[in-house]
Amino acid sequence: MFDYEDGKLDWLAAGLPSEGTNAQRPRAGDVARKDVPTCRLDERLGDVMDRTREAGWDACVVLNEERVVFGLLRSKELEASPDLRIEEAMRPGPSTFRPFVSIEEMAAFMMEHDLESSPITTSDGRLVGLLRREDAAKAASELHEREHHSNGGRT
Amino acid sequence: MPRPIDRHEVRRLVDGGAQLVDVLPANEYEEDHLPGAINMPLRRLEKEARSALDPGRPVVVYCSDSA
Repeated sequence: MFDYEDGKLDWLAAGLPSEGTNAQRPRAGDVARKDVPTCRLDERLGDVMDRTREAGWDACVVLNEERVVFGLLRSKELEASPDLRIEEAMRPGPSTFRPFVSIEEMAAFMMEHDLESSPITTSDGRLVGLLRREDAAKAASELHEREHHSNGGRT
Repeated sequence: MPRPIDRHEVRRLVDGGAQLVDVLPANEYEEDHLPGAINMPLRRLEKEARSALDPGRPVVVYCSDSA
């Protein structure tokens, strides 16, 4: 017999699939964009900004070689001097969230704390994707609509 | 004594035919469980394990976390 000591929370935090009633409801990891641009600490801000804008983004996640999140460049940081190194320009240690957090909870938290975007990571800090506030709000609103209709209009 | 394993080993064992047993209360199992897991809350485990599990295949048990 084997004991998976870290248990269900570790499994869900790694963004692995699950079954059950909650599996039907969107979570942070489902809505987070996986195509977010990423960069390394030793890159030049000007190069990263060009790459980020070309990809149609206004945010870039700073990772190490193991894809662990070190920082975040939002529109404000991307506009700093192009000759800065990423480690000088980034917002270090941004708040990160696990993939299993419900999308309603994420949307409410991001509104309340005025967060444009939040990195979604596994329990060991590896990037799953970037959750944008408008995506979280839209998914939460669609879920609310769907559940409202399936309840026959009752809230 | 059960041998402690991590999630990578869980996946490997399950791919090889191991049986996954969620020992959490039924309501927590219904909300979320690992794919293919059966529910056998701790207080029923000893009583039901013999009849519900295949003794010829490895068994992996889990709860919420290690706390």
